[in-house]
Amino acid sequence: MGTMRTVPDFSVVRSGHEVQIPEQVSVPWQGLHRAVSRAPTIPGPAPAGRGGAAPRMRSGAAAAPRHRRGGAAAAAPAGAAGGGGGRRGRKKMPGKLKVKIVAGRHLPVMDRASDLTDAFVEVKFGNTTFKTDVYPKSLNPQWNSEWFKFEVDDEELQDEPLQITVLDHDTYSANDAIGKVYIDIDPLLYSEAATVISGWFPIYDTIHGIRGEINVVVKVDLFNDLNRFRQSSCGVKFFCTTSIPKCYRAVVIHGFVEELVVNEDPEYQWIDRIRTPRASNEARQRLISLMSGELQRKIGLKVLEMRGNAVVGYLQCFDLEGESGLVVRAIGTACTLDKLSNTSAFLPACNSPSKEMKESPLVHPPSHGCRSTHNSPIHTATGSRLTQNFSVSVPTLIYTGMGSGSAGKEGGPFKTLLRQQTQSALEQREFPFFTLTTFPPGFLLHVGGVVSARSVKLLDRIHNPDEPETRDAWWAEIRQEIKSHAKALGCHAVVGYSESTSICEEVCILSASGTAAVLNPRFLQDGTMEGCLEQRIEEASPPGCGFCHIPYDELNMPFPAHLTYCYNCRKQKVPDVLFTTIDLPVEAIVVGKGCLIQARLCRLKKKAQAEANATSISNLLPFMEYEVHTQLMNKLKLRGMNALFGLRIQITVGENMLMGLASATGVYLAALPTPGGIQIAGKTPNDGTYEQHISHMQKKINDTIAKNKELYEINPPELPEEIIGSPIPEPRQRSRLLRSQSESSDEVTELDLSHGKKDAFVLEIDDTDAMEDVHSLLTDVPPPSGFYSCNTEIMPGINNWTPEIQMFTAVRVSRLSNINPTNQTLNKNFNDLCENLLKSLYFKLRSMVPCCLCHVNFTVALPEDELVQIAVTAVAITYDKNQALQANKAPTEKSQQRASTDNEEQLQFPLELCSDPLSSQPFSPAKEVLEGASSHTGIPAAQRDRCNSWIELIKLKAQTIRRGSIKTTTSLEKASPLAEGYLRHRSVPSCTNSTVSVVKMTPLSFLPGAKITKYLGIINMFFIRETTSLREEGGVSGFLHAFIAEVFAMVRAHVAALGGNAVVSYIMKQCVFMENPNKNQAQCLINVSGDAVIFVRESELEMLPVQPSAAAPQHTSSAGDVTT
Amino acid sequence: MSSDLDVFVGNTTLIDEEVYRLWLDGHSVAEAVARRLRGGVLEREGTSVAVLQSDTRDHYRTFQMLERLLHAPPRLLQQLLFQIPPERQALLIQRYYAFDEALARELLGKKLSKGTKKELDEVSARTGVGIRSCRRQFDNFKRVFKAVEELRGPLAENIQQLFLLPPALARDYAAIVFFANSRFETGKRRLQFLSFADFAACAQSLMGHWSQGALAPEAAEPDGDLPKSFLQDLKELKVLVADKDLLDQHKSLVCSALRGKISVHNELEANFKALSRALVNVGGKLTHARDVRDFFVDLVEKVIEPCRSDKWSPGDLRLFLTHYTAAPRNLPGFRHQALWERYMAAISACLLRMYHD
Repeated sequence: MGTMRTVPDFSVVRSGHEVQIPEQVSVPWQGLHRAVSRAPTIPGPAPAGRGGAAPRMRSGAAAAPRHRRGGAAAAAPAGAAGGGGGRRGRKKMPGKLKVKIVAGRHLPVMDRASDLTDAFVEVKFGNTTFKTDVYPKSLNPQWNSEWFKFEVDDEELQDEPLQITVLDHDTYSANDAIGKVYIDIDPLLYSEAATVISGWFPIYDTIHGIRGEINVVVKVDLFNDLNRFRQSSCGVKFFCTTSIPKCYRAVVIHGFVEELVVNEDPEYQWIDRIRTPRASNEARQRLISLMSGELQRKIGLKVLEMRGNAVVGYLQCFDLEGESGLVVRAIGTACTLDKLSNTSAFLPACNSPSKEMKESPLVHPPSHGCRSTHNSPIHTATGSRLTQNFSVSVPTLIYTGMGSGSAGKEGGPFKTLLRQQTQSALEQREFPFFTLTTFPPGFLLHVGGVVSARSVKLLDRIHNPDEPETRDAWWAEIRQEIKSHAKALGCHAVVGYSESTSICEEVCILSASGTAAVLNPRFLQDGTMEGCLEQRIEEASPPGCGFCHIPYDELNMPFPAHLTYCYNCRKQKVPDVLFTTIDLPVEAIVVGKGCLIQARLCRLKKKAQAEANATSISNLLPFMEYEVHTQLMNKLKLRGMNALFGLRIQITVGENMLMGLASATGVYLAALPTPGGIQIAGKTPNDGTYEQHISHMQKKINDTIAKNKELYEINPPELPEEIIGSPIPEPRQRSRLLRSQSESSDEVTELDLSHGKKDAFVLEIDDTDAMEDVHSLLTDVPPPSGFYSCNTEIMPGINNWTPEIQMFTAVRVSRLSNINPTNQTLNKNFNDLCENLLKSLYFKLRSMVPCCLCHVNFTVALPEDELVQIAVTAVAITYDKNQALQANKAPTEKSQQRASTDNEEQLQFPLELCSDPLSSQPFSPAKEVLEGASSHTGIPAAQRDRCNSWIELIKLKAQTIRRGSIKTTTSLEKASPLAEGYLRHRSVPSCTNSTVSVVKMTPLSFLPGAKITKYLGIINMFFIRETTSLREEGGVSGFLHAFIAEVFAMVRAHVAALGGNAVVSYIMKQCVFMENPNKNQAQCLINVSGDAVIFVRESELEMLPVQPSAAAPQHTSSAGDVTT
Repeated sequence: MSSDLDVFVGNTTLIDEEVYRLWLDGHSVAEAVARRLRGGVLEREGTSVAVLQSDTRDHYRTFQMLERLLHAPPRLLQQLLFQIPPERQALLIQRYYAFDEALARELLGKKLSKGTKKELDEVSARTGVGIRSCRRQFDNFKRVFKAVEELRGPLAENIQQLFLLPPALARDYAAIVFFANSRFETGKRRLQFLSFADFAACAQSLMGHWSQGALAPEAAEPDGDLPKSFLQDLKELKVLVADKDLLDQHKSLVCSALRGKISVHNELEANFKALSRALVNVGGKLTHARDVRDFFVDLVEKVIEPCRSDKWSPGDLRLFLTHYTAAPRNLPGFRHQALWERYMAAISACLLRMYHD
C-alpha cells in the first residue's frame, strides 16, 4: 500500500561555473551590438541617433541581421556591416505616413500669469520632425494642421513609433514640454486591420501623468508590393490571443517563433548623472517602443520565412536587467490564417466534425475497467548544459499524472502511425512549441503533463560585444530541456508554452513551462494529410476524453505512475491526475464546476553575492517546486477534483527569500478516476492527545472535502462495481506524500483511515511544520456564495454568461514585518496576503453576483527586503443563475457537462456567422453614432428642452462619439486669441458635445454575448510614471491608482482611435513599482498588451444581415472629414 | 503584516453609492468605515474590517480624483481617465451638486466670498451639516455663481448646460445665484419663517417676469441682474399712490369687485391705501441697490404681516391681488398697464408663496 516516494533525487549538476569577465568596453554607450539593424539608405549616419530615441544605439554601424540558427555568420564585426542592412537590395520609400494634428483640449495651464497656454505640437517620425503653429492663449487649441507627410521605408514604419510632443511656446526661455503621445502605426500596415487612426489621445507626461488630450489623424499609404522588401515584415498579423482568433481559420499552424533584442537601459547609463530622471524615463519609453517595433518586425520576418502570415499567442516581455541592460524578448506561434469571409462555406465543414466528436464518446461501448491508483506524479529530471556564463540548471519536475499499463487494443496501431506522422511534421522544427492554450477541435490529441525548466543565471555586468548571443543561448538551453522532458513523456510537442524571468540584482531565474502533448499533424503541414488520417484519429480517441489518454509508451516508463482505463471510453489508459498549462478543451467532459487553486510558498534565503547566491537559489528551487506541487496536489484532492488546467508557477527571487505562487483551475474530468481523500498520519502514535488532535484534523479534512464536493457540484455518476473491479496488478493502492523536509522520517505508522474503498493520499505529520501545512490547507476559504473563480478562459460548468463584464487590476504591497522571520511565518503571511486580496475582490464585485472571476492572474514581485507586491488582473463576468439551474436540471446531461456548451462557438474554431455584409466591410460601430453625431453636435436648445429628462440629455451627449467630432463652434475661438475670455460673455460654450466611446477590456479572448467581427491590431504599450511629490499625490496608493487608471485610459484611447470598441486578451505583463518615501519619490513601470477588436452584440448581429450592405460607408474617411 | 499600498482599478469605474454619500457628507475614511460597519455590511457580506477599510479607501481615492472633474461636469463626460456609464455620471453629478436646503437658506443673499466661507463653522453648527460638506456646498454655489455670472440668457438653462444638472436642481441654483447677485436680505428675524423653497420660488417668479430674458431671448444682460431700464420704469407706477384720484378710484374698483367675495372686506377697505402704497413703493425703490436688499423685508413687513394680523386667508389675498392687478386697466389716464401687470405678476407670485405661517 502506498507508493513510498522519498524526496526525488535532486542531483544538481553545476556546470560551467567559470564566470566570464569580458574585456572592458571602451565606449560606454556602445553596449550590445545587437541593438538595431538599420537601413543604410537613411540619409547620413545620423550620429545623434534616430528619433532621439537611440542616441546610444550604434546606428551608423548597423549590425547585420542575425542568423542565429540558420548557420550563417552570427555577428558581423561591428562597423563592418555598414551596408549590411541592404543585403537584399532594398529600395527606399515604399510608404508615406500622413499625420494631421487637429486640436487639443483641457491642456494644463502653463503660463501662470495668464492662466493659459501657448501650445504647439512637434510630430516626429524617424529623424524627421514637423511642427504646428503656436496656438496662442488657449487651453483648447485648434491647430487644424496640414497633413504632415513622412516618406519612409516599411522597416522604419514597423520599428518606429510616431512621436507627438505637445509643447508650450516660450519666447524667452526654452519651450516647456506638456507631454507626449506615442502611436504605434503597425495596425495600419496590414490591409485587414485599421485604415486610419483618428481620435483623442491622452497627452502623457512621465511626471504629471495625463495632461489634456490631443486629436490626431494618422494614415499610411503603402506604395509597393511589400514582399519585395524582405527586411520588413509588413502584413504579418500579430495576436496576443492564445487561440485561433475568431473570424479566422487556421490553415497551417507552423509553430514556435522567438526573438530577443538587447540594449542598454538608459536609466543606468553614465549620462544619467547629468540629466533629469524625467529625460531618462522618456528615453526609456522611447527606446522600448522602438525595440518592441524592431522585435515584432524580426518575428514577422521569421514568420514569412516559415510561409506563415500571422503570429498567434504573441507574448512580449521586458527584462529589466539593471546595469547589464534591457532585454526585450518575444515568443509566439506562427500560423497561416484565412479570414473567414463566407460563412456558408465553412459552416458545414467545421461544424460536423465537432458535432461528431461530441457524440462519439457515447458510441464507444465501455471496455474493461480498472482499479484506480494514486501516485505522486513527479518526475525528476536533471538537465544542464555548459554555458560560458555561470549558470545552474535546476533539476526539473515534470508534473504529470501519467504512467504505464497496457494500451487499449484499438488504440495501439493508430497511435504509432500518428506518432510517426506527427514526428515527421515536428522534427523539422527546432522547438515544437506552441504558445496556444486553446486549439481547433481535433488538434490536440493527447496531453502528457506539465513540463517545466528553470535555470539560474548571473547577469554579466559588463557587456561583451563578442558574446552578443548570451541571452539567446540561455533560452535555447532551457527550451532544449523542455523539449527533452516532453520527449520523456512520449510527446513531440509542447503546448501552452510560456517563458518568464525573475530578476533580483544580478541573479536571474529563467523559467519555461508548457504541456507536453501529441498533436494532430493535419494542422501542422500544408493540407497534406487532410482527411486520410483524420477519420481514424477521431475514432481512436474520442474527443471528450481523448486528450486525457496517455501519449506515452507504457512499456517504457521512466518513472512510476499509476494508470487506469479511461472512465469515459474504457479503452485507453488515463492517469489518475492530470496537470496542464492549457485551457480546458471545449470538448472535455467535466463534472460540476471548477475552481481557482493556488499554492503559495516562501523560502528564506541567505543574502549572498554572485555565485554563492545563485548556488543557494538553485539549491532551494527543487524543494520549492516539490512543495508547490505537493500543495497543489493536496488542495486539488481537498476539492475532490482530479485535473488542473492553466497551471502557472511563478518563482520570484528577492534579496533574502524566494517566493513561489502557483495558480491553476481545478476541475473534475469525467475521464479520470475519482480522487481519493487525504489522510493524516501522525508520527508519535503513542501520545493520546496527539492522536486526538490528528483525528480531529482528519475529520476537518473530510468535512472540507464533502463540503467542496457539494459546493462545486461534483457528483460523478457511480460506476458499477464490476467495471471498476477489473484490476491492473499494482502492488500498492495508496501513495504517501511526503514533505520534502521529512527525509529523516524513517519510522512511519500507517493509519488506514481511508473512507470506504477509495484510495487516499496520506499526509504525514512529522513535525510542527507539517502541522502548519495541514492547517494552511484548511485556511483557504471558498469564495462567498454567488462567486466562482478560475484562471482559465472559461469557467468549467458555467455557460450562460451575460454581457456584463468588469476587468480590473488590483495591486498590493505588503511589508513582512517580522524581526526573525521563519519559513512558516512567511508562508502564513503570504497566504493571508493572497487570501485577503481575493476576499477584497469578492467584496468589491459583490454587486455583480452571481458572477465568476475568470482568468485570475496573480503576479508576485519582491521589490525590496520584506516587501511583497502582488498584482492581480482578472475579469468578473455575471452569469444568469436561472439558466444555470435549468441547465443543471436537464435530465440527459445530469451532472456531466461539457466544459461550456454555450461558449463553444466562441472558443472553437471560427465556425459561424461572419456573414457577408459584416466581414466584407470595415464595419465600425462608431459609424452610426458618428452619423448621429453630426446631427447632434450643438444640440439646439429647443431639442434640449424636449428631452424628457436630463439623464437622456446626458446619454445623448454620451452617445455623440468623440471620434473626430470636434465641436463646430470653433470659428470664433480661432479668429481671436482672446476668444476664451470673450466667450464667457457670449454664451455658454457648447463644448460638451463630444464624449467618450466605451471600450471594453478583458483578459479573455472573447466577449460574452458578442461576436468579434474584426481584429484591428496588437496593442503593446509601455509606460513609466514617476513622482517627486508622493505625499501630495495621495501616497503610494494614490500614485499607483492614478497611474493604472491612466494606463487603462491610454489603452482605451488607442483602441477607440483604431475604430475598435474592445481589447481582448489584455494582459498586464509588468508592473514594477519602486518607492523612496524618505525622498517623497516613487516610480512605476507598466507594460500591457492585448488585441484591439471590433465586436458586435449578438442581439444586434441578428438584425444586421437584414440591412443592405450599402448602408455602411467608409467610416474611416468620414471620421477624418468631420474633424476638419 | 501591513499593506502599504493597496489599490483596485476597474476598467469601468466602480461607484458605491453608499460610500459616495459618506464622502459627500464629509466623513473621513475611518468615520465612513465605522458607519458602514453600523450598516451591517459585515454581516451581509461575511467579510472583514480590513476589507471594508481597503474598499472605502479605494472609493475615496476615486472620488478625490473625480472631484476635479466634477467641478466642470462636461469634462466628466469628455475625460478619458475614468470609464463611467452615463447614468452613473449623471448620478455622480447630481449627488455632488445636491445641497442641504437648510444650508442654502442660511447662505441665501449672502456674498459668496471668503468671509462668508469663514463663517461656515457657525452655519454648520446651526444646520447640523458637517463642516466639510458645508464647505463643499459653499464652493459649489460659488463655482456655479462664477460660471454663469456674466452669461446672458436664462440663468437656469445656462446652469443646466454648464453643469449638466437636472432641471429642478438647476432652477434652485439659479435662485441661489440670483439671490447672491442681488444680495437680498433674508436673514432678518421676521423672514425666518420663509424656507429655501419659498425664496427659490420667489426668485423664479422675479426672474421669470422681470428679467430681460422674459421679454426678448437675445437680451444683452444676464438674467441674474434685473434689467435697469425696467427698474427705472417702475418709478412711473408711483402715480397709482401719489395721485389721490387714481388711488381712490383704484380702491373703489377693487373693493366693489371683491364685495361679498372675501371675508376680510372691512379690513381691506381700511387698509387698502396702506397696502397699495407698500406694494407700489417696493417696486419704486428697486433702483437703489440698498433698497433692493430690503425687498423681501418690505413685502413681509408691509404686506404680509398686516394681512396676517387681519387674518386674511390665502384665498383672500389671491382674490385681492388678482383684482388689484387688473383694476388699473379701467383707470382713466393710467398708461402703464403692461408695465404694471409685469410688475405685479412677480409680486403676486412672491406674496402668495410667502403667505404662510
